[in-house]
Amino acid sequence: MEVGKPVPAPEAPRPELARSGPPLGEEVHWEVLEQTEEFRDLVRRRFRFVLPATIFFLVYYFLLPLGNGLAPNLMKTKVFGEVNIAYLFALSEFVMAWVLAYLYIRKANTVFDSLAAKVRARAGKGA
Amino acid sequence: MSITLVLFLIVVGITLVITAWAARRTKTTVQFWAAGRQIKGWQNGLAIAGDYMSAASFLGIAGLIAFNGYDGFMYSVGWLVAYLTVLFLIAEPMRNTGKYTMADVLAYRMSPVPVRSAAAFSTVAVSASYMMAQMIGAGSLIKILIPTLDTNLKPYFNWDIFGTHLDPSITMVGVLMMIYVIAGGMVATTWVQIIKAILLMSGAVLLTFLVMLHFGFNFGHFFDAIARVKDKATGLNFTQPGILYKYGQKQVFGIDLALIDNVSLGMALILGTAGLPHILMRFFTVPDGKAARASVAWAMGLIGSFYIMTTFLGFGAATLVGKANICAKVVNGACVGATNSNLAAPRLAEFLGGEFFGTTGAEFLLAFIAAVAFATILAVVAGLTLAASGAFSHDFYVNVVRTHLLHGHVSEREQVLVARITAGLVGLLSIWLAARIGATANAAALVAGVAFVIASSANLPAILFTLFWKRFNTWGAVACLVGGTVITIWLVAIGPGWTLPAVKNPAFPLQNVGIVSIPLGFLLAIVGTYIGDLVKADRLSEVTFHEIDVRAQTGLGAEPNPVAA
Repeated sequence: MEVGKPVPAPEAPRPELARSGPPLGEEVHWEVLEQTEEFRDLVRRRFRFVLPATIFFLVYYFLLPLGNGLAPNLMKTKVFGEVNIAYLFALSEFVMAWVLAYLYIRKANTVFDSLAAKVRARAGKGA
Repeated sequence: MSITLVLFLIVVGITLVITAWAARRTKTTVQFWAAGRQIKGWQNGLAIAGDYMSAASFLGIAGLIAFNGYDGFMYSVGWLVAYLTVLFLIAEPMRNTGKYTMADVLAYRMSPVPVRSAAAFSTVAVSASYMMAQMIGAGSLIKILIPTLDTNLKPYFNWDIFGTHLDPSITMVGVLMMIYVIAGGMVATTWVQIIKAILLMSGAVLLTFLVMLHFGFNFGHFFDAIARVKDKATGLNFTQPGILYKYGQKQVFGIDLALIDNVSLGMALILGTAGLPHILMRFFTVPDGKAARASVAWAMGLIGSFYIMTTFLGFGAATLVGKANICAKVVNGACVGATNSNLAAPRLAEFLGGEFFGTTGAEFLLAFIAAVAFATILAVVAGLTLAASGAFSHDFYVNVVRTHLLHGHVSEREQVLVARITAGLVGLLSIWLAARIGATANAAALVAGVAFVIASSANLPAILFTLFWKRFNTWGAVACLVGGTVITIWLVAIGPGWTLPAVKNPAFPLQNVGIVSIPLGFLLAIVGTYIGDLVKADRLSEVTFHEIDVRAQTGLGAEPNPVAA
């Protein structure tokens, strides 16, 4: 063994890691699974939905307090009767949240779940 | 015996029967902490709604809208949108990788001793602030709504402990929550929360229906009436923004102070929910990730509908009762003493009951809303007790002290026993602390806000980076968990509003500190990680990332549902 260049000791598995979840046996190689086409596809698809959706809801949400503070006269504009843009915008936040949640859940039930099942099946076969 | 007392005893009776039933199903740790992971998605959705919608959101928001009009609605919006963060980023990965507490997920990748201790610290800080607000609110509410109860309880809870005189109402709430949690654990807590959610929704639907009935189901007439209510100080009417957040008055760094405060509040609301330990814990009670997703959907439906109805309650109280008539004590139709915004929903119920069903109706509806508010408080404090005792017993005692410091094996029996003991201790401590700070009750709402800010500045970066950032390590996690908590508390302490009466020129200008503390929390996590990298303190976290990455995304190897397994 070369002196002065310590060989990194093989890391002992942490006792903690074995605790959560049922024993999976030796055959699960997480790093290999992570590289499979199925897993990368799952992550890519989820990311492609979640990232734009998150940016959208953050922007949409903060438009409301920013609008109220920066353009109060616009927000006070009456749309019908005494109902103004400020109230309708606030209500639309609820609709926005429900619609985004519906879209995510539909996508998860149809696309993400089946991809995740494929990855799990591969692990079962000792990928 | 008054109607109020009868309804109140019914609520207590039902919850105690549930607890007795749940106690027989609470023998193991997975039953105590996670209700055996057998809660269905829709049930968990109701329970999340019950865990989340506190007295502050029911009575508090209705009151804010009744007193300040439109601006009070801002809280409602943030509290729903927050669940998108939970749905997209937190719910399923949590269920897929965790066991009983938030720290279980972090300890997956990090050194268990420091990270569990740090997570226990932030969990207790969040839960304690939330708990104090609930308990103090409970004390004053019961005194106002069911005064006979407080008087009747006095002889039994007439104790002085360490120089603090216990408050009878607070003590009773505390004792009830201890019974639920100690005897029935998560099973009892879940069902108390489900019942509360149903009661709260029925109360809100009933009041909304009666408000609209009053206006002949004509939305236009309702809004005409709201627009006739004017705020004296600003001259604005109640449909317009700007009454609570007085834009264009003060500036900080050249930006409108009210605007920063409002945006800052929004940040804490929509990011904080995803870091509240008592909400996160709920995701461990369902069989799998799919059920966790479904439970968020149910929760969002309920929470959203409820918060939309807060405008009917709040505006209803503003138009039908009027700010001047909303107070604790009404004699011959006029207020005696100061107005109290928390009484907006109860006074509205009294008015509507009287309008449609006569004197008995007024009495009954007021009693019903008081019982709903009481059930609301019980459900929330039970969830908080469970989260705080989880941090003490599961994270700190079992996993840090016994397993890692003493290298011992902890039996199921001992774990459940310690869980029950810590729940009792958390309960006793809360009763005592709430009675002690109860005198400065003005700070109650502020303290609840602090819980959201700590959750978003300390817990959220730790969870998100653990799940999604490969380089994240123990140093980064401890830095944001401890640093985020300390910075938040410090900023609030030197800001306005904490010390009463309010300081004229506080060292920190903002009431809502999130806009500063949340970015700082994330920054600490990043800086801590790079320092940890430099000193090569934690090489395992990057290796284990592959495992948590696959597990979080696919549910592979997740904690099983015992029945299915």
